[in-house]
Amino acid sequence: MKDEKKITVKSATDNLKTIREFVAEFAKEHGFRDKQISELTLAVDEAATNIIKHAYKFNPEKEIIITASFENNELKITLRDFGEKFDPDKAPLPDIKNSLKLKKGGGLGIYLMRKLTDELVYNLSSPEFNEISLIKRLK
Amino acid sequence: MSEFKIERKEENGVVVLYPQGMLDAHTTPQMESVFEELISGGKYKVAVNLKNLEYISSAGLGVFMAYVETMRENGGDIKFCETPKKIYEVFDLLGFPVLYEFYETEEEAINKFNG
Repeated sequence: MKDEKKITVKSATDNLKTIREFVAEFAKEHGFRDKQISELTLAVDEAATNIIKHAYKFNPEKEIIITASFENNELKITLRDFGEKFDPDKAPLPDIKNSLKLKKGGGLGIYLMRKLTDELVYNLSSPEFNEISLIKRLK
Repeated sequence: MSEFKIERKEENGVVVLYPQGMLDAHTTPQMESVFEELISGGKYKVAVNLKNLEYISSAGLGVFMAYVETMRENGGDIKFCETPKKIYEVFDLLGFPVLYEFYETEEEAINKFNG
């Protein structure tokens, strides 16, 4: 049976905590272990941070819709935004050594999302919204 | 859930920072202003004691990336100590242990600056 929950939050950084709590609680309800919960929570935080920063350029009044679903041992968190399009394939691989030299932080979000989930799916086909889904399987 | 704050002390010319709570994109500006303040005050030797840090995202890690070179150019560094396992795992995933020094105890981290 499929279980699904949804929240909508404004694109303000102080809502990152709300998003993390929503994800952690949902994952816990479905039997994920603490380590997996931490990994998924961090990955979703990175996705939401990217939306706030890049899609919405720190405008705190925009909406992010987060859907959590669980079916067949697979937990999926989908974040939908209505901001600027973003092509994840164009994001460069992080080169931390070089970033230090350039005195730059950042660029680590997508790498972390890939490392911390079993699957990352972008749906950029709609003209109205962008969607990213982070999938973690119960092992 | 706890608020984020940063306590600090100074010992033997080394500033020890104690970030406490959750360091994410929301609280990162607080960490940045501490580093800005240290740099304008000419303090480049920084040990970050992570024992009370409950959470870190890449936004938080970005602060340490953005400021470490300035510290090193001025005879200092950012060194970490008392890192909880859960926090260390995030640093490790991104390869930080190759580029930064991590110590078990605060004393070791401080002594390394003056040794």
